[in-house]
Amino acid sequence: MTASAPLLAVDRLRIEFPTRRGTLVAVHDVSFEIARGEVLGVVGESGAGKSITGAAIIGLIDPPGRIAGGEIRLEGRRIDALPPAEMRRVRGREIGAVFQDPLTSLNPLYTIGRQLVETIRTHLSTGEAEARARAIALLEEVGIPAASRRIDQYPHQFSGGMRQRVVLALALCAQPKLIVADEPTTALDVSIQAQIIQLLKRLCRDHGTAVMLVTHDMGVIAETADRVAVMYAGRIVEIGPAADLIHRPRHPYSIGLMGSIPSIGGSVERLVQIDGAMPRLDAVPSGCAFHPRCPRAIERCRRELPELRPAGATRAACWLAGSPVEQAA
Amino acid sequence: MSALVRLTDVARTFDVSAPWLDRALGGKARALLRAVDGVSFEIPRGETLGLVGESGCGKSTVARLIVGLHAPSRGTIEYDGVALAGPGADSVPAGRRRQARRSMQMIFQDPYASLNPRWRVSDIVAEPILAQDARPPGAAIGERVRGLLAQVGLAAADGAKYPHQFSGGQRQRISIARALATEPAFIVCDEPTSALDVSVQAQVLNLMRDLQRRLGLTYLFISHNLAVVHHVADRVGVMYLGRIVEIAPTPSLFAAPAHPYTRMLLDAVPDLRMTGTARTAVTGEVPNPLDPPSGCSFHPRCPFADARCRSEIPMLRDASTGGKVACHAVDEGRLAPRTPAVR
Ligand SMILES: Nc1ncnc2c1ncn2[C@@H]1O[C@H](COP(=O)(O)OP(=O)(O)O)[C@@H](O)[C@H]1O
Ligand SMILES: Nc1ncnc2c1ncn2[C@@H]1O[C@H](COP(=O)(O)OP(=O)(O)O)[C@@H](O)[C@H]1O
Ligand code: SF4
Ligand code: SF4
Ligand SMILES: [Mg+2]
Ligand SMILES: [Mg+2]
Repeated sequence: MTASAPLLAVDRLRIEFPTRRGTLVAVHDVSFEIARGEVLGVVGESGAGKSITGAAIIGLIDPPGRIAGGEIRLEGRRIDALPPAEMRRVRGREIGAVFQDPLTSLNPLYTIGRQLVETIRTHLSTGEAEARARAIALLEEVGIPAASRRIDQYPHQFSGGMRQRVVLALALCAQPKLIVADEPTTALDVSIQAQIIQLLKRLCRDHGTAVMLVTHDMGVIAETADRVAVMYAGRIVEIGPAADLIHRPRHPYSIGLMGSIPSIGGSVERLVQIDGAMPRLDAVPSGCAFHPRCPRAIERCRRELPELRPAGATRAACWLAGSPVEQAA
Repeated sequence: MSALVRLTDVARTFDVSAPWLDRALGGKARALLRAVDGVSFEIPRGETLGLVGESGCGKSTVARLIVGLHAPSRGTIEYDGVALAGPGADSVPAGRRRQARRSMQMIFQDPYASLNPRWRVSDIVAEPILAQDARPPGAAIGERVRGLLAQVGLAAADGAKYPHQFSGGQRQRISIARALATEPAFIVCDEPTSALDVSVQAQVLNLMRDLQRRLGLTYLFISHNLAVVHHVADRVGVMYLGRIVEIAPTPSLFAAPAHPYTRMLLDAVPDLRMTGTARTAVTGEVPNPLDPPSGCSFHPRCPFADARCRSEIPMLRDASTGGKVACHAVDEGRLAPRTPAVR
């Protein structure tokens, strides 16, 4: 490992689902990096490939899905082809995971204390008493009131928001360097969502943990992310600093996406509308996959696939995004 | 300004007791859940009332009470001057009530669950027309269905397809076409875009606005998403544990929220234009509706609560913002509406 290596490097990742009617490519040539302590937001419409990209990083792609190409490196070390036992160690110790439904991360039959203590003892060499003390401290840190009493309760005895706090404690308890959080607040009410986002931000800042934050909620990204990747039909179409991508998007899809979001900060008569829908995996258009919906498409877009290249402060995969015409507009 | 819809002190209680035998053996009391507890509002013709609040606060129950899927435990629901439920409803001829009911329709969150998967789209859209007393001739129905599909941006050929052949946004268009089939004046929309991606949500919201302009529709628009309600509503009601705690014209509710819960909700919304802004921390959770706090049910989470708040339920009163607020602190002048400059 070199000092300059990013914490996480995803390089030309390709994920396929073999089906009876041929192979579906869910993720194409996706490349990005996450630096230590950085929050990368990943956005896009459902089916864009966000979750499956996150699943690849934590080694949990549901079969028959498989990584069909590319590499994933954590601190310079490849983790995309590790034997299952070793990947289990990486997951938990080095990469934590938080999902939309806290119940997928919690075993309903065990007290939360038992789950925390087991995870701590699996990954860190501590004794039972020390692990329990650490578990209580963590529960306090994530804002569970009366932690020393509630540690002996079962997941169903907690509200949805409190459960997601417990999951954050579980994800953090082995002090991982990266957390993959897939729609961690989507199932929660706004006031609870705000608390969980604040908590995630504070914990990661205090522990220096990096986060890959997958969400379809641009507001959550705006508040949390340092950089943002926008996915469309299995590819990253734009990536760059959060403020630039939100306020000065360059890819026509990102521009449409930002304009379609109603905001309390301003009033518009009509929202920007991107007509049509994202294509299904078995019918991805030729060239730029966005071309049938793109208001600016030119002939070339139908034939040739644009690569990510510098456009303003971001990088965009669009034939027009870097052109002088665009800059003048 | 005539109100098309008027609710007066409407309440609905659900009996959520354990079965009788369990109660007898376990010594448990009967449990009554006040899902909606004294809600009053009016919706003027052609306007949109937005209803917001966290899950379980009673939004869907209000919707179901209005369209007649639940009967109120108390209070009056009037539509176009006709009492549909509550005292006075019995003296209204049944035909008159039926006519009023037919003039309202409902759109649900889940366009997957609300469309019969075995029916063709044209049959789904035609069904409410066929259910009418005066059923038009077959050819006229086909013509009308094609017109409805066109109105929501679907092709005539789409009528021959089944719901599974459509995306989520297109299915919501089908629901809207079906809702429009009986030429309603009022549509209750319960989280109509909550299951949709934002770009598709924009399509549906734009369509709903166009239809409102074109057909003079009145909407009750329910959502947990404040930004969506801000975009669609003329007035907004904020609900907490079965009650409306604040109701006001949209611009003033968002610019100068008066009720502490409204302020908290607004502080909780992550917004695109607020990159990196720090706001007041949101705390606490909605209490168990089976055991609501005494007095003002928001008092355990409220930074302005005092002894009176813990014992006396605040009533909805006119506020200086042009809306109504149910809060002792606002009432007593202890708490001024937040000024627009702060946000
Ligand atoms: N088990 C599976 N079999 C076939 N296709 C799948 C499977 N899981 C995911 N996919 C497909 O992969 C694509 C990306 O899915 P996903 O990563 O879940 O999207 P997102 O999280 O962006 O909504 C989708 O088109 C989805 O249908
Ligand atoms: N049919 C029912 N039987 C028992 N309880 C119900 C029923 N419908 C709703 N409730 C309860 O009433 C409260 C309000 O529910 P609802 O109107 O669905 O809220 P919202 O739509 O705001 O999420 C909740 O506590 C819910 O559990
Ligand atoms: S490459 Fe062409 S079709 Fe694709 S986003 Fe750019 S302009 Fe539109
Ligand atoms: S009545 Fe009292 S507790 Fe309720 S919102 Fe107002 S100040 Fe807070
Ligand atoms: Mg997903
Ligand atoms: Mg509801």
